[in-house]
Amino acid sequence: MPTVLESLNNALHRVMENDDRVYVLGEDLLDPYGGAFKVTRGLSTKYPAHVLTTPISEAAIVGLANGMAMRGLRPVAEIMFGDFVTLIADQLVNHAAKFNWMYNRNIKVPIVVRTPMGGRRGYGPTHSQSLEKMFMGVPGLKVVAPNTLGDPGQLLESAIADDDPVLFVEHKLLYPRSLLEPGQGDLIDFKVHESGETYPNFILNIPNQVPQLTLATYGYNFELARAAVLNLLMEYEVFTEIVLFSQLSPFDLKILFESLQRTHRLLTVEEGTLSLGWGAELAARAAERVNGLMIRRVAALDLPIANTKSLEQSILPSVQDITSAALRLTERKGEVHDYI
Amino acid sequence: MITHYALYKIMLLIRRFEERLLAEFGTGKLTGTTHVCIGQEADAVGVLSVIDLEDVVFSNHRCHGHFLAYGGEPYRLAAELMGKSTGLVGGRGGSQHIQWHNFYSNGIQGGITPIAAGMALAEKALRTGKIALVFIGDGTLGEGVLYESLNLASLWELPLFIVLENNHFAQTTPVEISLAGSMAGRFSAFDIPVWELESSDVLEIRSIAAKTVDFIRSSGRPGCLILHTNRFAAHSKGDDTRSPEELERIRVVDPLSIHGKRLTAEERDNAEQEVIAIIDDAFNRADSDPYPILPTEDAI
Repeated sequence: MPTVLESLNNALHRVMENDDRVYVLGEDLLDPYGGAFKVTRGLSTKYPAHVLTTPISEAAIVGLANGMAMRGLRPVAEIMFGDFVTLIADQLVNHAAKFNWMYNRNIKVPIVVRTPMGGRRGYGPTHSQSLEKMFMGVPGLKVVAPNTLGDPGQLLESAIADDDPVLFVEHKLLYPRSLLEPGQGDLIDFKVHESGETYPNFILNIPNQVPQLTLATYGYNFELARAAVLNLLMEYEVFTEIVLFSQLSPFDLKILFESLQRTHRLLTVEEGTLSLGWGAELAARAAERVNGLMIRRVAALDLPIANTKSLEQSILPSVQDITSAALRLTERKGEVHDYI
Repeated sequence: MITHYALYKIMLLIRRFEERLLAEFGTGKLTGTTHVCIGQEADAVGVLSVIDLEDVVFSNHRCHGHFLAYGGEPYRLAAELMGKSTGLVGGRGGSQHIQWHNFYSNGIQGGITPIAAGMALAEKALRTGKIALVFIGDGTLGEGVLYESLNLASLWELPLFIVLENNHFAQTTPVEISLAGSMAGRFSAFDIPVWELESSDVLEIRSIAAKTVDFIRSSGRPGCLILHTNRFAAHSKGDDTRSPEELERIRVVDPLSIHGKRLTAEERDNAEQEVIAIIDDAFNRADSDPYPILPTEDAI
C-alpha cells in the first residue's frame, strides 16, 4: 500500500495532468526540494507554469488563491506549517468563507488550503500545534482531514473538485504511514463501514461483539486510538467502536449518533487543546441527541507544546491516556493508574 | 467618445443617490451603516470611464460610486441598501458587500488586494485580456497584506490596476499622523509605476487613468494611480471631527461644479431632472419590494 505522502502526491499529479485549472502555490515548492514535507514533489518539473513558488507571504498566498478561484481556476495553496494559519485567518474567514453566501450564492470560491498540523516531532511551540479547531464552525468553510483508512489522495481530489473553500489538514506523522487495508494487519479483527459522503466517515467494530463505548477521532489520532482499542480488547476485554471522521466541519454526526445508540458512552480523541475543542462540540451535540450519555474527552493539555520530548509527551495525548479514559468511561477505572 | 454630459450625469447620479440614502437613514428605511463618496465622484467616474464592463473591479467599503460608475443599476443598489430580496445580493451584503457582473466589494481593509491580484493572475492565465482593478484608500496603506500583494503582482507581472484614493482621512485620523515616508514610494519600491494627480476634474482623472490602463494592458504589468481627493461627508455617519471651516475649504473643490462649467445651464438642469427621476424610481421600487426570508436549506 502507498504511504499517505505518496497518495497525496499522486493525487496532485493526477489532477494537474487532467485539469488545466489547477494551480499549486506556496513556499519552497520547487524541485528538487518539492515542498517542506514533499507533498508537491515533482510537480514543478512536470507542470512548471502551474506551480507558483512564493515568498513568505501566507496571507497573499491564500488571498491570491481566493481571487484565482473566483475567476475560474482551481488553486491549491500550501501553508508550510499549520501553525501559520493564523496568518491566513482573515482570508479564510472574512473572504473565502463569506463570498458564496454573502453574494447570494452567485460566487464560488473553490480553493483548497493544505497544511501539515500536529506535534510529536520536537518542533516546539510554534511548529507543532493542531489549530484546526479555530476554523471549525466557520460558516462557509469546510475542514477536512485525511487518515490512513480512507484514501487521502481521493479526499484531496474531492476537495479540489469542491466548489466551497476547504481547509485540508494533514498531520505530519501521517505522511510516512502506509494506508491500511480492511481485513489486514491492525484491522484484521475489524469490520469497516464507510459512509457514502464526499468526505467519508467510518465506523470500525468487531463483528458479533457488543461495543461498550464509542471512540470518535480523526487524522493521526486514529493511529493512537487503534493501538488503545487493541489494548483495551486484549488486556481488559473492553470492546470499542471507532468512529473516524474525515470531514470535521461542518458537522455531519449521523454515523456517530448511530454508534452512540448502541453504546451510550462517548470518548473523543484529538490532538488540539482540550478547552472549547472539537470533542467539546461533539459531546454537546451527542448529549442533545442521546439520553443517558456518558462522555470523556482526550486532548492536548491547555499549554503550548514544549520542544523537549519529555514535556511534549506529557502535553499531547498518548495511547495510555486514551486507554485510561476508556476504562474510566466503562467504569473500570480501578484497573489503571489514576493519572488525572 | 463619452460626452461631457454623460460624465456629468453619472457624477450627479452618484451625488444625488448618496444624498438620498443618507436622508433615508432619517426615515428609517435604511439601517446599519454606510460610507458615502460625496466629493470623490470624479475618481470613480474618471477611472471607470476607461475600464471595460468585462474587466474585473474590486471595490471597498466606499463602493456605491464605483458601482454606479461601473454601470451598475441604481435600483438594485437601492434595494440592497434597504435590505430587500431584489437587492444586488438579496439583502445579505448591504452597503459594503455587493457583487454584480465582474464587480465585487468587501468591507475589510487590505484583504481585497491579494484577491484582486489573484483575479489578475487568473485573467492572464486564461488569456482573457481583462485587467483587474482594485480601489484602496490612504487608510489601506497601514495593512501589511497590501505589501505582500504588491510584491507578488510585480514579481509575477500581473495586470493589476491599483487605484489609491487619498481622501486624507482614515475614518477620523489624518494621513499626516498615520503615514511615514512616501505614498508613491511604496509602489515604486516594488517597481510598480505610479501615476499621481491632485485634482477633482473628471477629465484630468480620466486622462491619467487612461495612461495607466494603457500601460497595464500593453505591458501586462501592474500600475498604480494615486488620486488625491477630498471626502465632503463623514467617514460613515456622524463621525466627522473636522471643523466647519475645514469642511468649507474642502468643499470649494467640487467635481460637479468643476465639470459642470463645461455644460450649459440647461444641460445641467436636464441632468438634474434625469437623475432625480432615476433615483426616485430606484428608491420607490425598492421600497415596495419584499424583505428576504431565510431559505429552508439554511434554516437547519
